[in-house]
Amino acid sequence: MSTMQRIIIVHLGLLALLFVLQFVLPAYHHGNLARIMVLASYAVGYNILFGYTGLLSLGHALFFAAGMYGMALTIEHLGFAPTPALLTGILAGAAVSAALALLALRTTGVAFMIVTLMFAQAGYLTVLYFGEYTRGDEGFVIQQAQRILAGIDLSQPTNRYFAAWALFSTCFLVSLLLVQSRFGRTLIAIRENEERVHMLGYDTHRHKLYAMILSGTLSAAAGAFYGLLFGYAGASFASVQYSILPLLWVLLGGAGTVIGPFIGTLFMFYLIDLSSSVTTAHMLVAGVVLVLLTLFAPQGLTGELRRRLWKALP
Amino acid sequence: MEFGPHLLLATLEGAVGAAVLSLTAVGLSLVFGVMRVVNIAHGEFFMLGAVLAWFVAQYVAGHPALGFTAALIIAPLIVGSIAALADLTILKRLDYDPERTIVATIGLLYIIQQLTLMTYGPEARPVEPPFNARIALPWFEWGENGFQFYYPWGLSTTTYKLAVIGAAAAVLCGVWLMMTRTRVGLIMRATQADGEMALAFGIPVERIYALVFGIGAGLAALAAVLIVPIQQAHYLMGGDPLLLSFIVVIIGGLGSLPGTVLAAVFIGLSDGIISVFFSPTLAKILATLIVGLVLVFRPQGLFGTRAA
Repeated sequence: MSTMQRIIIVHLGLLALLFVLQFVLPAYHHGNLARIMVLASYAVGYNILFGYTGLLSLGHALFFAAGMYGMALTIEHLGFAPTPALLTGILAGAAVSAALALLALRTTGVAFMIVTLMFAQAGYLTVLYFGEYTRGDEGFVIQQAQRILAGIDLSQPTNRYFAAWALFSTCFLVSLLLVQSRFGRTLIAIRENEERVHMLGYDTHRHKLYAMILSGTLSAAAGAFYGLLFGYAGASFASVQYSILPLLWVLLGGAGTVIGPFIGTLFMFYLIDLSSSVTTAHMLVAGVVLVLLTLFAPQGLTGELRRRLWKALP
Repeated sequence: MEFGPHLLLATLEGAVGAAVLSLTAVGLSLVFGVMRVVNIAHGEFFMLGAVLAWFVAQYVAGHPALGFTAALIIAPLIVGSIAALADLTILKRLDYDPERTIVATIGLLYIIQQLTLMTYGPEARPVEPPFNARIALPWFEWGENGFQFYYPWGLSTTTYKLAVIGAAAAVLCGVWLMMTRTRVGLIMRATQADGEMALAFGIPVERIYALVFGIGAGLAALAAVLIVPIQQAHYLMGGDPLLLSFIVVIIGGLGSLPGTVLAAVFIGLSDGIISVFFSPTLAKILATLIVGLVLVFRPQGLFGTRAA
């Protein structure tokens, strides 16, 4: 069996498994997995910038929230149907990520992290400032009647699961195709040694720009779907915590692997879910995992797997 | 109240904020300058200082001044030790790699914050100030009868607030003297200039790093103890000082102490004044945008000479 075949079997196998699982899972885990798949789509988007391009952003909540509010505000205040609302959210994410990329990519390293953090914080505060429309921290509910996409009621668990699966599959396959493409390989080369890639005649700035827009757009799609599927948009999704979480998921699962973001999201979700029954301070788990990961396994779960067992894992 | 007295009041409130902010920011700037570490957990060290001040004040009986004085000494020492320990167990093992230390300090932020939530709880608790006499302030005016002055209603400050400003200035002078006039300061500056060369000259760089990280956190804790009689101790109070310190350190130029103090006074005052006259959220939006843009277009800060 060639490497290519094994890659295809593993990745399509995961999607097939997730598709089948909806028929066997008990209701509680069924709902969880739908949520995990949407959040994993966010992590997949984050991974394109962090894992493959080597740019650590602390401001992805801005893109997630742009998608969510682009969708929710048009439904709430302009009476959009879900399809154009989702498109608005995704376009808003693309526009916001392009704007931030043009500014932030002028910096590198630590300055890049702080610039993304600051603009995301400004975005969060803006959501609070326009509390009249966004309802601030309290947020607002998207009614069931407003969540019927092309005749499919997305508040139904089965439909919701299927929509989450479709979103995740799309993001997952985009990511898989990306790393097999010339563009994706150039991104990896930039991560490894930007100066050399630049010297070889590649326009590294343009590559990073496109990577950030793609990453932001996928994150926005995840945000828009999250709001629509779970019927709620609130300012907490724009806060720093939602910029840290995808970093955590990707680090845990393995940065720079296609499958890693999903693995990381799955593990972290259940870790926090389990700890919630013990203590209300569930972000403690996130903190401990972050510190332990940076200390002992900077490559994450899939990264360790790749190092020990299967070097060709994309 | 008329505009003039109102502005004076806003300036006074801003000055208290600026004093506390400059202490916090100097701690952050010191750590960044010497170690090149961006400490995201800095705000949590601030919060820890305030919470410990409450604990100490609880356990010391007698006049509130006794408890407060004890807190002023004990809280920064404990916080400094915790930070030095974190440096030795975590940051040192990461070889101070900039990106990995940021991720680790984010982890540290959540650990400290959530542990405080588990032990101290979600309530906001006050600490009694050691002294707190009101001082009514006069306002001058050229009226119909020529020059006159009167005491507008509400225009006042307290002795404690003035003492905070004085104490912060004294500590800043102390830090300045330590950095420029003492042997420890000389060693720190040598480490800042070139860590490897300092190591070659027999300076125990690792211990200096732990010391600097401890002092940085201790300064934040000290600032928190000073502010806690005015503003209550709460487990989420670390967010704003962190954000403002970042703003100050970046505007002032990363790693430049005089620039940091100057920027702290400027940001603290304008934050106080803007928050009184406009919405505090709007003030914060503007401030964060300014920081982002300064980093993009003038990475050496407005006063600094070196890029981040």
